[in-house]
Amino acid sequence: MLDCGLDMTSTLNFLPLPLVQSPRLSKLPGLVLKDGSTFLDKELKECSGHVFVDSVPEFCLPETELLDLSTVDVILISNYHCMMALPYITEYTGFTGTVYATEPTVQIGRLLMEELVNSIERVPKAQSASMWKNKEVQRLLPAPLKDAVEVSMWRKCYTMPEVNAALSKIQLVGYSQKIELFGAVQVTPLSSGYALGSSNWIIQSHYEKVSYVSGSSLLTTHPQPMDQASLKNSDVLILTGLTQIPTANPDGMVGEFCSNLAMTVRNGGNVLVPCYPSGVIYDLLECLYQYIDSAGLSNVPFYFISPVANSSLEFSQIFAEWLCHNKQTKVYLPEPPFPHAELIQTNKLKHYPSIHGDFSNDFKQPCVIFTGHPSLRFGDVVHFMELWGKSSLNTVIFTEPDFSYLDALAPYQPLAMKCVYCPIDTRLNFIQVSKLLKEVQPLHVVCPEQYTQPPPSQSHRTDLMIDCQPPPMSYRRAEVLTLPYKRRYEKIEIMPELADSLVPLEIKPGISLATVSAMLHTKDNKHVLQLPPKPPQPPTSKKRKRVSDDVPECKPLKPLLSGSIPVDQFVQTLEKHGFSDVKVEDTAKGHIVLLQEAETLIQIEEDSTHIICDNDEPLRVPEGRKVKFCCSDAV
Amino acid sequence: MPLALLVICLTFTTSSPPGPALTARVPASLGGAGQDVGRSCILVSIAGKNVMLDCGMHMGYNDDRRFPDFSYITQNGRLTDFLDCVIISHFHLDHCGALPYFSEMVGYDGPIYMTHPTKAICPILLEDYRKITVDKKGETNFFTSQMIKDCMKKVVAVHLHQTVQVDEELEIKAYYAGHVLGAAMFQIKVGCESVVYTGDYNMTPDRHLGAAWIDKCRPDLLITESTYATTIRDSKRCRERDFLKKVHETVERGGKVLIPVFALGRAQELCILLETFWERMNLKAPIYFSTGLTEKANHYYKLFITWTNQKIRKTFVQRNMFEFKHIKAFDRAFADNPGPMVVFATPGMLHAGQSLQIFRKWAGNEKNMVIMPGYCVQGTVGHKILSGQRKLEMEGRQILEVKMQVEYMSFSAHADAKGIMQLIRQAEPRNVLLVHGEAKKMEFLKQKIEQEFHVNCYMPANGETTTIFTNPSIPVDISLGLLKRETAIDAKKPKLMHGTLIMKDNSFRLVSPEQALKELGLAEHQLRFTCRVHIQDPRKEHETVLRVYNHLKGVLKDYSVQHLPDGSITVESILIQATAHLEDQGTKVLLVSWTYQDEELGSYLTSLLKKGLPQSTS
Repeated sequence: MLDCGLDMTSTLNFLPLPLVQSPRLSKLPGLVLKDGSTFLDKELKECSGHVFVDSVPEFCLPETELLDLSTVDVILISNYHCMMALPYITEYTGFTGTVYATEPTVQIGRLLMEELVNSIERVPKAQSASMWKNKEVQRLLPAPLKDAVEVSMWRKCYTMPEVNAALSKIQLVGYSQKIELFGAVQVTPLSSGYALGSSNWIIQSHYEKVSYVSGSSLLTTHPQPMDQASLKNSDVLILTGLTQIPTANPDGMVGEFCSNLAMTVRNGGNVLVPCYPSGVIYDLLECLYQYIDSAGLSNVPFYFISPVANSSLEFSQIFAEWLCHNKQTKVYLPEPPFPHAELIQTNKLKHYPSIHGDFSNDFKQPCVIFTGHPSLRFGDVVHFMELWGKSSLNTVIFTEPDFSYLDALAPYQPLAMKCVYCPIDTRLNFIQVSKLLKEVQPLHVVCPEQYTQPPPSQSHRTDLMIDCQPPPMSYRRAEVLTLPYKRRYEKIEIMPELADSLVPLEIKPGISLATVSAMLHTKDNKHVLQLPPKPPQPPTSKKRKRVSDDVPECKPLKPLLSGSIPVDQFVQTLEKHGFSDVKVEDTAKGHIVLLQEAETLIQIEEDSTHIICDNDEPLRVPEGRKVKFCCSDAV
Repeated sequence: MPLALLVICLTFTTSSPPGPALTARVPASLGGAGQDVGRSCILVSIAGKNVMLDCGMHMGYNDDRRFPDFSYITQNGRLTDFLDCVIISHFHLDHCGALPYFSEMVGYDGPIYMTHPTKAICPILLEDYRKITVDKKGETNFFTSQMIKDCMKKVVAVHLHQTVQVDEELEIKAYYAGHVLGAAMFQIKVGCESVVYTGDYNMTPDRHLGAAWIDKCRPDLLITESTYATTIRDSKRCRERDFLKKVHETVERGGKVLIPVFALGRAQELCILLETFWERMNLKAPIYFSTGLTEKANHYYKLFITWTNQKIRKTFVQRNMFEFKHIKAFDRAFADNPGPMVVFATPGMLHAGQSLQIFRKWAGNEKNMVIMPGYCVQGTVGHKILSGQRKLEMEGRQILEVKMQVEYMSFSAHADAKGIMQLIRQAEPRNVLLVHGEAKKMEFLKQKIEQEFHVNCYMPANGETTTIFTNPSIPVDISLGLLKRETAIDAKKPKLMHGTLIMKDNSFRLVSPEQALKELGLAEHQLRFTCRVHIQDPRKEHETVLRVYNHLKGVLKDYSVQHLPDGSITVESILIQATAHLEDQGTKVLLVSWTYQDEELGSYLTSLLKKGLPQSTS
């Protein structure tokens, strides 16, 4: 199983979870259906023309119906965003296999999960809405609830014990580590350049190679650069996790982010940056580190609020080996690889586990706050949206590309606060994809269907799709795809003793053949050929054996023969062996050799020899052998 | 004694096909590290690839003898052309101290592999060592700072467990060794031949590092250090308690404790130990750590925390073990302060620098104590006082009388005999080669290894070559069709299979005979035998056939015997037809016909039928 991501866009259909009682949210009117019925008014609320579920937010799980997940042996994780559904899979499906991921992926993945669990559990919500999920009811609802898919499969968030259990099933791996799976295939993670510890995977046998490219970046940010060379010679390249915003240039977005931030603060407003606790935030902090002094922002406090803020900042500094070259070099000095260490030391950046406690004492405005969750449905960000939403001095800047910012803002409408959309998605865009494919030259490309056509909103942009030869094979949800290659060979080992016993024969210049009859041992999908056991010695006792004892136990196979028999030579050989009455008759296709005394007739043709003997059976064997020797080759 | 290199060669002699590459010779010859703990430098030749393992210097010498004699590797020609790569196991100078000399002064431009922490820390120690040698002792003809920098540019950092492809055939892989921060064992592999070099390692986790680990990689040769070849060390807890007791007692009676250490490694381990003890006992005597390296050293530990043990890694966000409360930076002037104190000072073998200076100051007072926490090389002051010498001749013919107490406590993180055996059990090598130990102790361990594991064990001297013969199996490609045919029924049971091996250029492919004929454009020559067998049976033909059929079915239980609608019988692919004898109606003629491939079964059937049919058959 490749990756185990969680679709969190489902939470956009829910009302935000406020940290403190929000009169605005609690006063929202219940939904009245077109026919005037109000039976859903406890579950569904209306806000500025949108309908929201008033319940604990729920997530859309990966497809679990299509196959029995207890038959999955291995899950390969490509980055920490792609493992968020892991507890659902490992704890509830009978899965007993192993999960492979890099150390940063696991550590930061744990932080993301911890933050998620924490921000949902700390605001217990009594209500759990389920009536609206009834198919008959859902049909009556306004969009987008009406069209939401698989709502019956939506699940509440997991708990920390489940997270810990899931993570304990992960086996840590390093880049370019070759991991043998059941002796049958080898998997190898490669740096994908997108996030700390993010990987692409190579799945290969001795003869076939499948590359799984997911969430890769060719831009120079903090992670180790993408390893492209190792993707070469792939039979199949599975390509996914491209940028969600193919039209936005990440560098330009960072510039816009900084200038909007500076402008707001200079005007006395606050800036809210909804974000994940790891990833782009490191790059943003680094930009700000270089920018704040020149922009005159030295006195503006930067706050990073998350239950895992401290851990995230600390962890970022200890994964030197997974960082880009420049950052690695800093560690050799030894200096912390990320400059946010200095921001913290100089008190420019402060981090808090939540808005409660120390933060409320230190809080000064105007300020810049980084906090989660980017969906604006839970976490400390909800508090600041409620707090700052009414003033047009403040700005919320969206940098994470996973959620539509308009949908995210919907339950906060009407909103006076400025909204700036600067999505920073460093993953591959279509230009980079075609460059990459040209470079690594896979025989076949497999990708999700949406990459094979322009985005629905920009159908004229034919440049926003994958363009390669042969055209990519596409797949959609719950579709089974047969990959276009045929396995022909497997590795087998010939033991030295057996190799010694082989008798090769040069058939053509440079080509030799040897017949091999050997014992095949197969263990853990590894095949070994050994010398066959010696035939048992004929029993010395004179006791008459039962007939069936004589039945040859295994059929010692004779080689196939090839070539033709030179008749003259054959006759000479026969005569040498004491056949005095050899007569040769020519026929249309060859010759007939008659041995009258032996009551034997031998038909010799170009590609066949038939020995027919009436009686004298014992003669047949030496003759057969003679025929064989006269034939040029045994295959 | 000139220091040469320990050389171990794994070479193959390939006989021409058919017996494809059958024997491998593993000669090993060497120049440093064999039967000596001085400095490590081992040359391995494996399947035509030459790899140098470690590039250490000998702390006990101050002249040319401190560096390995690289002319052993190649007399003529450049080292770069001869060596495929150099691997450094960890940052201790007896494993990397000669590296700048080797790469910049002798001349080597190929790749040098080490782990990230080693790459980070190694140049610091080299520079430190250079300063002591050149700036303080005024030696010339030594490598410069710039040479260290240039040398480090040739270093490629590797991750644990990463398979590094040095070239198309040669690959190396690092395993955790637990000796110091970043210490690694290396597997060197060419084709199906492999060598594991342990460097220095420790099989028991300590306060800041984890235990060495390797998978069951079954190398042809395991080259293991054997510093503590005969020691089965008492429990670590006892040693620690002993250490703390001695330090505590000395401090209590107002004495000064000197602990010579290397800036990184045991120093951090002992610092953690003393820090927690001071905290627990609420002690006030100052603890100092000499040299400017301290801060830096601890910083490395913080940044490379992923290389420490699990406990430290888990708690580092809450409490970083390398931020010490009680341990302060040392100033030279403090040495003359009255009252008790504990000082960690570098270097660890008392051969130069600050530790030696402090030692000279404190040696005359019997209240003081020096604790040597690690091994000392012959020739160093550390080695001398440990071997009981109490009058030392210092520079300038000065005699120093040692009255202070001298204690030795083995805190070096080397595997003891038990640990070495444990590693051998883990890796399952076919041969073992002991290096980095003393001959007598190695001999003892060698016997033990040979007894317990029934593998050959070698212990070459410096400059000696050891050759090890391997007998690898030959990997060939088998067509899936042939393999599936053979494994279709019960994959687990060994079974006899037949195929044709096609040898072309350097490729070996095993295919079915039919496919081989087809591929080579050869026509099959069919050889068929037909035999007439006369049977006395007055019944009708089809009844005779039925009797034959029943008879064969009864005898040949494991074979497919069929009675076809046209009246003939098949046994596997052998055809039997019955006709009435032209003259004698009471005699039936059975025509048994088979191909050469069914020779055995065919002749068996003929002789079986000649014996006639059993009377009881109805």
